[in-house]
Formats: sequence, C-alpha cells, structure tokens
Amino acid sequence: MLSIKNLSKSFSSAGEPVSVLRGVDLDLRAGERVALTGESGSGKSTLLHLIAGLDAADSGSIRLEETEVTALSDAGRASLRRNRIGLVFQQFNLIPSLSVEDNLAFQARIAGRHDAAWSKELIERLGLGSLLRRYPEQLSGGQQQRVAIGRALATKPSLLLADEPTGNLDEATADDVLALTRDLVARTGCGFLMVTHSLHLAAKLDRHVTLHAGRIT
Amino acid sequence: MRRALWVLAVLLSHWRRHKMQFATLLIGLIAATALWSGVQAINQQARNAYDRAAATFGGVRTAMLVAPNAATFSQDLFVKLRRAGWPVSPVLEGRVQLNGHSMRLLGIEPVTLPADVGNAPRLGAADLTRFVAPPGQTLVAQETLIDLQEAEGTAPPISSGAKLPPLHVLPQLVPDVLVVDIGVAQRLLNKPGQVSRLLIGKPNGRPAPLQSVVGDQLQRVEPTAETELERLTDSFHLNLTAFGLLSFFVGLFIVNSAVGLAFEQRLPMLRTLRACGASARMVNTVLVVELVVLALIAGLIGLVCGYFIAAALLPDVAASLRGLYGAQIPGQLTLHAEWWFAGIGISVAGAVVAAATSLIKAIRMPVLATAQPRAWQQAQHRWLILQSAAACAVFAVALFLLRYGESLIAGFGVLAALMLGAALILPAFLEIILLAGQRRARGPVALWFWADSRQQLSGLSLALMALLLALAVNVGVSTMVETFSRTFIGWLNGRLAADVYISASDNAQAIAIRNWLKDRGEVQAILSGGRAETQVQGQPVELFGLPDHALYRELWPLLEAAPRPWTRLVPGNAAFISEQLSRRLNVGVGDVVEVPAPGGPWELDIVGIYADYGNPKGQLAVNVAALIRQFPQTPQTRIGLIVPREKIPGLIAALQKQFSLDERSVADQATVKAESIRIFNRTFAVTSALNAFTLGVAGIALLTSLLTLANSRLPQLAPLWAIGITRPRLAAIELTKTLSVSLFTALLALPLGLVVAWCLIAIVNVKAFGWRLPFHVFPLQLIELVAVALLAALLAALLPVARLARMQPTDLVKVFANER
Repeated sequence: MLSIKNLSKSFSSAGEPVSVLRGVDLDLRAGERVALTGESGSGKSTLLHLIAGLDAADSGSIRLEETEVTALSDAGRASLRRNRIGLVFQQFNLIPSLSVEDNLAFQARIAGRHDAAWSKELIERLGLGSLLRRYPEQLSGGQQQRVAIGRALATKPSLLLADEPTGNLDEATADDVLALTRDLVARTGCGFLMVTHSLHLAAKLDRHVTLHAGRIT
Repeated sequence: MRRALWVLAVLLSHWRRHKMQFATLLIGLIAATALWSGVQAINQQARNAYDRAAATFGGVRTAMLVAPNAATFSQDLFVKLRRAGWPVSPVLEGRVQLNGHSMRLLGIEPVTLPADVGNAPRLGAADLTRFVAPPGQTLVAQETLIDLQEAEGTAPPISSGAKLPPLHVLPQLVPDVLVVDIGVAQRLLNKPGQVSRLLIGKPNGRPAPLQSVVGDQLQRVEPTAETELERLTDSFHLNLTAFGLLSFFVGLFIVNSAVGLAFEQRLPMLRTLRACGASARMVNTVLVVELVVLALIAGLIGLVCGYFIAAALLPDVAASLRGLYGAQIPGQLTLHAEWWFAGIGISVAGAVVAAATSLIKAIRMPVLATAQPRAWQQAQHRWLILQSAAACAVFAVALFLLRYGESLIAGFGVLAALMLGAALILPAFLEIILLAGQRRARGPVALWFWADSRQQLSGLSLALMALLLALAVNVGVSTMVETFSRTFIGWLNGRLAADVYISASDNAQAIAIRNWLKDRGEVQAILSGGRAETQVQGQPVELFGLPDHALYRELWPLLEAAPRPWTRLVPGNAAFISEQLSRRLNVGVGDVVEVPAPGGPWELDIVGIYADYGNPKGQLAVNVAALIRQFPQTPQTRIGLIVPREKIPGLIAALQKQFSLDERSVADQATVKAESIRIFNRTFAVTSALNAFTLGVAGIALLTSLLTLANSRLPQLAPLWAIGITRPRLAAIELTKTLSVSLFTALLALPLGLVVAWCLIAIVNVKAFGWRLPFHVFPLQLIELVAVALLAALLAALLPVARLARMQPTDLVKVFANER
C-alpha cells in the first residue's frame, strides 16, 4: 500500500548541507500498524512530512497505492492529503476558533466526503459526545488529541500518519489514546505509521522500525 | 466551490473568537473610508457648484466679447455684430438687493443664446414664451427660493421698489443668482440699452473680423478650462483632501496592525488547513476574498459615515468658501454614483495595501514553516536603521521642494515629506530615549520597565506614528489659525476706521443721504468710498477709493511704504497695492502699474503695500476723488461716518427711518467687526472639526494597537506575576509605559507641529492666498494639546489595563501550562 524506495532528503544548516535521509526503504501493507522510532534529529518527522507531501524529497520514490507522491504538484499533494491521508501531530493542531464538532468534521467537509453515520460512530468511539460544543482551549491534552485523531480518520483515509501523537500526554492517557487509535485503524482498515520515542508504545503495534543514520534498520 | 466556502468559514471563525480584533479591523477600514469619502463628497459638491456657476448662461467657459475697461457698453454693438454674422448673445449683469440679500442679476436674450454655451440649461419652446412674454419669469435655484423665503410664482420687489417677474425654479442654476430677460434686467438695473458682455456661439462660416465691425470697443476673451473660483479655492480643497488623506492613512495604520496580528495568529490555522488538504492556491485566494469582502462591508459602512460627516461639515465648508472666496455652495448634499464606487474602491484598495505584507507573508509561507508569532520583533533593529535611512531620504525631498518648489502643490509636498519623514524616524527616536532610560535604570522592575517598553515599541510604533501625525497637524493648524485670528483682529481694528458704514442702493440715494447728513451736527466727517473693477496684466483687480482723511493716515496699516505715502496718494497718480496683488504681479514700492481706464491708461506709482487678509481679489487703493475721475461710472454708494460713540444708535435709527435702510445697509463699526469675526470663526470651524476627527482616529489607532497587543503580552507579564508582582501593580506599570511613550511622542510632535505651522504660514498661505502672516507661538495652546494627547492615550490604555488588573490567575497560569 505504501512503498518507499531509496528516499533522500537534506537540509541546509549554517550554509552547510546536512543529509537527513540517505536512501530510506520502507513498505507498509494495508491495515498494518508500524512504529517508527529513532534518536532526536534522526529524520522521523521529515520522513512523515515527505510521505504526506508536506515537503519534497531530493530523490527516491514514495508510492501510495497507485500514486507516486514525489511526482505530484502542490495541488495534487493537497488532494492526496485531503482524500487519502490522515495526519495527527504532537501539538494537536486543532483550529482554535472551531468547536470540537466542527474540528471533527473539518477535513471530511474539505474533502466533500462527510459521512454522518461514520462521524457519529467516531464521536462515540472517541468519547467526545459531551464535548462537541466546546472549543479546543477548553479541552485537556488527551481530549484534544482524540479530536485530532477523529478529524484525521473522518475521511476514512488509506494511511494514517501520526507524529509523536502521545508526546504531550501522560503515560496512562497515552495508552488510552493509542488503544483508541489502534481500534479505529482496525475498523477502517487503513495503514498506520506512528513516530514515537516510546519503546513501550512502539511495542504495541504490529511492527517496529528504527531510523538511524538516515536509513531504516 | 464548496471546499472554498469551507475554508472561508474556517478563516472567518477566527474573527468570531477574536471579536475585538475584528472590530479593530472594521473600525480602521471605516475610519479610513469615512473621512476620506466625506471630504471627497464636500469637494465634489463644491466643484459641482463651481461648474454650475461657470455654466450660468455663459461663464468663463464660454468665449465672450467685453469692453476693455470691463464696463457696460451699448447694445448697438450687439446688433452690428449679428448683422456681420457673429453668433453673439448679450448678457447684462449687476447686483440687486432682495429681501436683505445681495443677489447677482443676469439679463439674457434667450433667442440668440448659443446652444453650446457651456452646459447652460436650455429653455424649451414653451418655457421660452413664458420667460419672454410679460410678465416674464425670474429663474432661480431652489436654494435661492429657500434663502429668500419666497414661494414659486411670487414677484418680490427689489430695494428700489421695482418688482421682479414671478420666480420660477431652474434646478441647474447656482444659488444667489436671478436670471431674467435682458430687457427686464436693463430696467431693473437702470441701464437701458446697456450690455455687460456678448457670448460667442459657434459661427456658421467666417464672420467679418471683429476689428472691422466694432473697432477697439470690444475685445475677445477666450474660455478657460478652470474658473477663477476653482483656482482660488484649489488650496482650500487641497487642504481638505490633505486632512482626508491623513485620516485615511491613520485608518490604514489601524488596519495594518489588526490584519498583521490576525495573520500571525492564524499562521498555525493556515498550516493546519494545508495539512488537511486545502491547496496553497485555494487558501491564498480565500484569504484575499475574505479581505475584499470585509473591505466591501466596511467600505459601505464607511461611506454612510462619510455621508453624515460631509452633511455635518458642509454648512461650515460652505460658510468658509463664501467667507474666503465668495463661492456659493448649496447646503444640501447631493452625491453621484461615482462617489459611491470611488469610496468602495478606496476601501478595498486601502485594505489590500494595508494587508499586503501579511498577505505576501502568508502566500510565501512554506507549509512546514513553524509559526513564529511576532518574529518580526527580532528584526526590529534592522528595521529601525532602514526606516531612519528612508526618513533621511524623505527629509532630503522636503529640502529640495523647499528650495526649488514654486507651486502650491510643492508647498503641500514639503509638508507631506516633513510629516512622513518625522513619522518614519519616530521609532528610532523613541528607541534612543527608551535605551537611555534603560541604561540609567536602577532596580529590576525599573530595568524591566524600560526594556519591555523597547520590546513593545515595534507593536505600538504604527499607532504612535499616527498619534505623532495627528498631533503635529493639530499643533500646526491651531498655531496657524490662532496666528491668523490675532493678526486678522488687529488688522480689522485698523481697517475699520469709520464709526458707521452706509451702503446706499444707488447713487441718487447716496446723494440724498449725504445731503441729509450735512445737517446732522453729530456727524464729524463724511467719508465717501467707491470701488471699480478692472484687469491688470490679465488679473482681475479691484480699485478701492480711499478718502483723504487723517483717520486713515493714523489707522490704515501699511506693510511697506515710500516716504509720505498718504500725501502722494492725494493727486491721483499713486496707489497702495494689496500684498497678494503685489506678489501676483511681482510689483513693489517704487514700481509703476498701468491700469486700463475708460479715458485711457492710468499710470500709478506704487507708494505702499498693505495687508488685505481674506480678500481673493487683488486690490489697488487710490484716492477716491481720482478714482471717480478715471472711472466716472463708479457707484458712490458707500459712505463712512465719524460720529461720537454715544450718538451712533440714534443716528442709525434716524437713517433707517429716513431712508428705509435695513440692517445690512447701515451698521456701526462694532456690528461690522462682530460680523467679520463671526465669518472668520465660521471659516475655520471646519478646520477645528477635522482636527478633532484626526485626533480621534489617532486615539482609536492607539486603543486598537494596545488591545491587539494585550493578549500577546501575557507571556511577558505572567513571569512577573509569578515572582510576586501583583496584577494591579502590573496594570499600573503597563499604564505608565503607554503614557510614557505617548508623552515622548507628544513632545516630539510639538517642534514638528511648529515646523508644520511655519510651512503653512510661510509657504502654503503665500502660495495659496498671496499673503504672509507673522509667526507666533502660543505656549498655552501647546500645553493643552499635550494634555489632550495624554488624555487620549489614557483613555486608549484604560480598557486593556483594566482587563489585566481583573485577569484571573488561571489565565496567567496557562502561560506556563503550554496550553495557550
């Protein structure tokens, strides 16, 4: 479902090129849940951004189902994110001026794929029924992250990408959030790639890969 | 489309959560549009009035034939010219008194009136019959009918007792003009067979040369695109436009500040939108659409406000234009569609300009860019240097215009460049002052006070620039008006030499009055005056006859004079020249001016220059007896009397009873002076109103900046609260900071305002009116303005400071909880 071949990316730091990814290869099957770990600065988030089309690779290939992501235009990448990818960030990145209900439905509405029944099920499964009228600032960190997961899955994407989704949460809440995510991923059948520092959480997914010196080990 | 609407809904949701920011943005746009549009409405109204005046049956926009001495001439010349194939039409012009109003009476000959005379309203066939056939019609504007308190169809008498034909409204006419058939005009003005000018229509074929038909008796005057009134009032309208523009820019400062903060606060939202699949093009397009929609809404509200501002100011503006230039502006506002479109256009353009930097930033923002709210503060030092360099360049432009500029526009250019330069350099000045304070500070709180003031400066600098400009304009204009006021009153005391002034309806009445006065023991002297119109070097000039009396020698103020000027005036070959005419003709004491007179050129030695404030016409003062010798047609209807003060009321009452004179025809010196001062004060009422408006808008700019900054300042304030400084104390420190920077700004505005006043007095006034005032400084007025500025700053700071003082600890704790 996701196939990454020989992916490279470098940045410029103080005028010097710094190579972050040096020929990354990674495959992910539909419905598979994979944890990606690595040291700080090893390029985990960069890899996620490249898969989501938020940034452009220097070389290599990212193929999501039949689509070559690296060949897409800005509009094509936007469409990909809108329709086939769900993104969850450590900082939640909810829209502060929208209520929980509107935040949940936001991406589905943008994609024109709002499914009321699925939306209702998501709200129930995420336990957000009593919080729909609230605004992000009125929620705890765990609640905010549940909204972010709901928003990412509202379009029933092919792939869910999560960048340290539990980084701002305590251990118990992190466990709850991950359990919920695993259930929902299983329910939708999408692929799930999660960046995390926690080996404890990484162990709870189907597979665990590590990014080291710019390569997957 | 639906996707775009969702993105728009998300962007708009920001304003729902930030209502004050939204209000700030709208207030800025409304303020910018309102005063600008208001001023444009007034200017448009005035220009329409000038057009109507110019088009009144052949104004200056029509070619015409006139007598070289500008006097009336026989209508036989009209007949001769028509026979020779000239498409001319006669007009007789004069003034009549009607219901206590002095009105311009125009006699026209509608049959020969050329169809292409300016944009004169044409009389239809049915109207033509009614206009010409007895009893005829008197055409008037609707405003005139209201002023005269007469109904359409009535036939009121003029002061001589003769009745006008029935009044009939012709909407295109300018106020204070009566239009009748030329035969009626000749009878009413007692000028049988006389004509003032002949309007020239489009000739069919080639008529005989003018010289061969009428010799030197008539000369051709070519039409001009701009009327004398338009030329004279240019400076006034430019002045209004400058105020409108200043307010427009201050409004845009507010918009820039509000939009800048809103965009920075929405950067994470934009990033999320992009991450959720909204393309960059769509987000950017929707951002622009959102801005344009807001600008359209605010523009419409601003236009409505502008309409009310214009309607409120129009009576004062009309009074100013009447007082300064004799221009008649209708008091009721009428607006054209282009005004509405222009207003909306300026609102949208202003919003786009004010938001340009933020929009470009958002458009160029990479999707992964980390939101760095107020990152531009870090680049403050570099900006200060760049801004100061720009200020120096603008000052150089001001110096260049001052040295080489000749026109009125150049004068205003000096003013604009000075103010722009001062606004640009203000943050650097304040930075230096605050840095000096920081270096001298003792104690941690004082140190923080100065350091934080410096950090806050970049967020407040636009509002402070607006305050600086508004204050400088206030200081400059107030100083100019106060100087003018004092000079004018002093000058008036000298000019009004006689104790009683009489204006007879005609020469016969004037002779009767003089004869009657000779038997009145209380009358110590009868001073006859007279005025004639002529042209010198193409300039309209008024010849003013001065009686030879010791009182004038004592009181009449001369700016510059040759030895024994009054003695040299008596024989009739010398004149005093008004300051504005001496500048226009470049003539000084010792020069000779040749005046065309009915009997041939009249050479006059210039022996003195006098101030003649507020008179749009150039004037030459000559001995009255010599004036009547040279211009025998001069009406001798003006009489001044020297009378002991206690006898004045009795004499005036007797005059009114004996000769049926109304209050306008006979008045004592105190009444004339009071009326002049009233007109003067009314003239500058509009300036005071505009001063107050611009200061108010600057106050709003400060308030909105402080409000928008208030939220982003929590991370700076929360640590101080955490280490034990109470919220009320923090609020007091914030208030002191705002007042300090406002005080520094106000103190810097004082010298700038005085430079503005000097520019207005020494450059703009001279170029616009032709006279220069002495420069005075009024310290009490300056202190008052500083106090007003501090009050405005205090009011602006109160709301955010009160919020801070009442802020709940939970809100401050959030800063540390990383949940904001």
